[in-house]
Amino acid sequence: MLVRKIPDGTVIDHVPAGKALSVLRLLGDPQENGFTIAMVMNVNSSKMNRKDIVKVEGMEVSPEQVQRLALIAPRASVNIVRSYRVVAKKNAVPPRTLRGVLNCTAPTCVSVREKESAPSIFFLSGRSPLRYRCKYCGRELAEKEISSQLG
Amino acid sequence: MRGGGPPTGADWVSRDAWKGRDVISILDFSRGELESLFKAADAFVGPPRPRKDLADRIIATAFFEPSTRTRLSFTTAALRLGAKVIDLSPDVSSILKGESLHDTTMMLEGYSDLIVMRHPSEGAALLAAELSSVPVVNGGDGSQHHPTQAMLDLFTVRRLKGRIDGLTYAVLGDNRYARSATSFLYGLTKFKPKMVHIVSPETLSPRAEVVKQLKGLGLRFELGSDLEKVIGAADVLYLTRIQKERFPDPNEYEKVKGSYKLTKEVLAKGKGGLIVLHPLPRSTELPYDVDSAKAAAYMTQAHLAVPLRMALLLKVAGGGEA
Repeated sequence: MLVRKIPDGTVIDHVPAGKALSVLRLLGDPQENGFTIAMVMNVNSSKMNRKDIVKVEGMEVSPEQVQRLALIAPRASVNIVRSYRVVAKKNAVPPRTLRGVLNCTAPTCVSVREKESAPSIFFLSGRSPLRYRCKYCGRELAEKEISSQLG
Repeated sequence: MRGGGPPTGADWVSRDAWKGRDVISILDFSRGELESLFKAADAFVGPPRPRKDLADRIIATAFFEPSTRTRLSFTTAALRLGAKVIDLSPDVSSILKGESLHDTTMMLEGYSDLIVMRHPSEGAALLAAELSSVPVVNGGDGSQHHPTQAMLDLFTVRRLKGRIDGLTYAVLGDNRYARSATSFLYGLTKFKPKMVHIVSPETLSPRAEVVKQLKGLGLRFELGSDLEKVIGAADVLYLTRIQKERFPDPNEYEKVKGSYKLTKEVLAKGKGGLIVLHPLPRSTELPYDVDSAKAAAYMTQAHLAVPLRMALLLKVAGGGEA
């Protein structure tokens, strides 16, 4: 399958198969702001067996977006393209702290029961597989739970 | 009152390390700090003498869950040090009108010099400590932490056995939901026990995050379900009741109800010098006929709560000395 090269923008490779749409949501649905999107889904990958690829023409993702990307695509590589050349290559690195992004799954956690005054705060507790620990109750969220909350 | 954090370096065990500090988890305290607390508490064991150390202080107790020993021993400790005590009763306060923990904490902060709080939500004391400019002492948050109970339990071991290091511990009961058991295990990570046997029915084993934490902190422990296999080696048996009120599904409670019990016959298999601790209240796991056994130390443990909490209040709300 051939997807043409983009002159400028971002190519996100090594997205877990089936997560391309979640990646777009995490980037703020750039197609709704007029950017052209190309997605390749469920292609063969030597590293991941199956993967998705997302291309966003004309938009360069911010460092914060790259960090967030790590939550649903921990092994993603992000290529910034200018004039058909890759000028920067970044690996998605999960943020050490997440505020108001994830929800604790412990029903008796204060961040659940006092949601309005207790913001959810999670600390990175594992990179591979990805895990985050709730600051208030210590409950850990596994990669699948993180992905499903954001996807 | 978070943010100051524990001191580092040579000042780690200084007497001022406690002053103005929140007490949220026993994991926040160093061995040296715990030992200085125990030493201070030793001085308060025995017939009480009138003291005025905290005569200008007001201690607020805010218990959003029932309590006998924690609330009363904190109150007694405060009164014995000359402090005044105000008490928030959730059943007659604006909590009933839906007032948030946030707003309640902000009121207590304005009315007192130290807040002792118990709450059914994990992390409640931590949240209160972040909001409050006066120290918050966690009197139990959900099934997570009960730091002053753990300090009391270790203090009791130290007084009755002469040391905490080098002993074999058996922690029997609801190790999943009992915050006293979890905090006791966390407290043991600050010392060097010979071995810790964590004994419970499978569904009451410690939560995954607790096991991970204990492993990460290097505690020597084994998980099991048969007390009789380990009681012969134990110097300290720490027992908890099944925390019926914390089961998300009442059917799950019914399945494990009455699944363990310390009988006199089982206790007889323990070695000489064994002590039995229990944070109380008890249920069917600790029959009353065990009370007459030489090993039964849980009433002594409960009584030592006053000197231990006197030392703690004096360190946190006083001048840092006790």
